Amino acid sequence: MISLYLPGQSWLHRCPVRLKLLCLAIASLLIFPISDPRLLGIVLIVVVGLYGSLGPQGLRQLKALKPLVSLVVIIFLLHIVAGSWLEGVTAVLRLVVMVLLANLVSITTRMDDMMEAVMPLFAPLRLLGMSPRKPALAVTLVLRFAPVLLSVYSSLREAYQARSGRRTSWRLMAPFLLQSLAMSENVAEALSARGGADGLRQDKA
Amino acid sequence: MMNDRSLVQIAFYAALIAALGLLPKVAIPVMGGVPITAQTLGVMLAGVMLGPVRGALAVLLFLFLVALGAPLLAGGRGGLGVFASPSVGFLVGWPIGAFVAGLIMQKTGSLRVLPAAAIAATVGGIGIVYLIGIPGVAFMADLPLMSAAIGSAAYIPGDLIKVAITAVVAETVARGLPRALLSRA
Repeated sequence: MISLYLPGQSWLHRCPVRLKLLCLAIASLLIFPISDPRLLGIVLIVVVGLYGSLGPQGLRQLKALKPLVSLVVIIFLLHIVAGSWLEGVTAVLRLVVMVLLANLVSITTRMDDMMEAVMPLFAPLRLLGMSPRKPALAVTLVLRFAPVLLSVYSSLREAYQARSGRRTSWRLMAPFLLQSLAMSENVAEALSARGGADGLRQDKA
Repeated sequence: MMNDRSLVQIAFYAALIAALGLLPKVAIPVMGGVPITAQTLGVMLAGVMLGPVRGALAVLLFLFLVALGAPLLAGGRGGLGVFASPSVGFLVGWPIGAFVAGLIMQKTGSLRVLPAAAIAATVGGIGIVYLIGIPGVAFMADLPLMSAAIGSAAYIPGDLIKVAITAVVAETVARGLPRALLSRA
């Protein structure tokens, strides 16, 4: 499964996940109220420096900003319309810094480790009589379903293209959902047949 | 209520939202140059098909995967960064919108599926999502509410198309596989 994770051995990769999340939370709380663009500029340089500390492939990860470009331009223009370009600069700098900082944690943490780090959040599920490991099972199911759904869609799309010559259509949406729903019912039955999600609770005990 | 079937269905709709974000843009027409992703179609469908609680849980599960670092948002975005971006309000609005859409489906049991789904998707998938999304943009980007609203309005025509697709799909599923329409079960 695709992930944002950038394989590596940097100091940030070795840093404990919960410490990274804690630092991110504190840094975000400190950065958000800053309204001096010069100070934000300095923070941005520091953050880019952190990316640089991961090596050249770290700096390449600044590409995380690319999908934000159009949004940032619109926000800047709206600020100009609202009357202050300097506030626009501040708002844009703040956004860029906060997104880059949060993204830094994601690219240096494996999804499994992240999952492990947040597992205690699900402990209260036990009070409801549910296994705290159910969310982990659900995550696994999603990761397994997503590519299957894409392949169901692409075979429908190919058949449609052969019939009509057109690439795709919203009309495929209903048969797509019907076919894949039928498949998901098989998965539910298979899960129950193997002891079900509650089987998890037994091997936990 | 969290039996195996519910768990699988929640995971299924979370995966559907992911898959719809990964589909090529051509799946849905582009209006006035604003690219339309099918991802919010998945959010509307989750609420309309699953009902309030399971619908909201499916969207939360999807967002949880995104937060863990899976680049599943349209355009290959993901990770904790998206929760620091201006559009975070819309992401917060998704599960609540799905919940409201599911609730409306349940409460309008006397209506036919097509109009009920259209109302549910409009109120939940557009009304609630923008109600939370626009103040989110204003807060994160330090903009007046009005500017944030104008900046977000470009996406509404696309969302209306998704409402129409949601209604047609819900009606089709209600006929072809009635037990899959859990909000009315």
